[in-house]
Amino acid sequence: MVPLSYYLVLSVIMFTLGVIGVLVRRNALVIFMCLELMFNAANLAFIAFALFYQNLNGQVFVFFVMTVAAAEVAVGLALMVAIFRTKGNIDVDQVSTLKG
Amino acid sequence: MNPGILFFLVLAIIAIAAAVAMLFSRNAVYSALFLVVNFSTIAVIYLTLGAPFIALVQITVYAGAIMVLFLFVIMLLGAERLSAREPLTWQRPLAILLGVAMLGEVVYVFLFRAGLNVPLSIPTPTFGSPTEIGLDLFNRYLLPFEVTSVLLLVAMVGAIILTRVEKIKRPGGQATRDEATREQAMKDQAIKDQAIRDQVTRQ
Repeated sequence: MVPLSYYLVLSVIMFTLGVIGVLVRRNALVIFMCLELMFNAANLAFIAFALFYQNLNGQVFVFFVMTVAAAEVAVGLALMVAIFRTKGNIDVDQVSTLKG
Repeated sequence: MNPGILFFLVLAIIAIAAAVAMLFSRNAVYSALFLVVNFSTIAVIYLTLGAPFIALVQITVYAGAIMVLFLFVIMLLGAERLSAREPLTWQRPLAILLGVAMLGEVVYVFLFRAGLNVPLSIPTPTFGSPTEIGLDLFNRYLLPFEVTSVLLLVAMVGAIILTRVEKIKRPGGQATRDEATREQAMKDQAIKDQAIRDQVTRQ
């Protein structure tokens, strides 16, 4: 069967792509999608370790991570709609009113 | 190379390609659809890892509900065309460089150092089945489960409050512009309805 480290490497590659996306892209929606990608990478590591240790706690934790991600997306997208109403676009560079 | 590793490599390449395409596509709708591809591929990997319940939750909740929410907001805001002008200049290569450096370090540790290079066992048919997850979820993790439901409720209320159109009356009792236009629209609609009704009765 496939070694555990392969799954972890895939997880790390996806996490890094998410981090690069958050750092590089300026559109708030794309930044949100990159956050989802990072959640997904962490979930993959959880599932791989759950099989490695023959323990279901990892899978239950992934379930909770998915729930929290759903809540986060709902609130985040609502914030984005609110920002779009006041600013007219959702570039994160435009949201700089609090900058000193 | 055994078929298990081959299967994993094909899935991994699809997942990474979809993630890269999501990162660099210029249209937010394409980004969302590439992310759906990535989520579905990861769900198949979950199936091979003995997590059928989580795999199906991934498809229904992530690739289904959450991404539909994303697409809905993208199309609602009309933000699918992303600006070609990126104000970042020197930060972008630096970010990619640092990201690749992190990737290299962690891959080195995982592959050559941490002793994680052991093959995974083949999961038993009952491992990760809905029955087992349910038993765990409703016995050992009952309190977190309930707290999660409160969290979802709070998120729902928060989303409704954040997107609500403020109805602020001016001190003079004058309605705000939003409200005035809405009232005007309702009046227009009532006039139209009346006209249609007149026509029907005349016939």
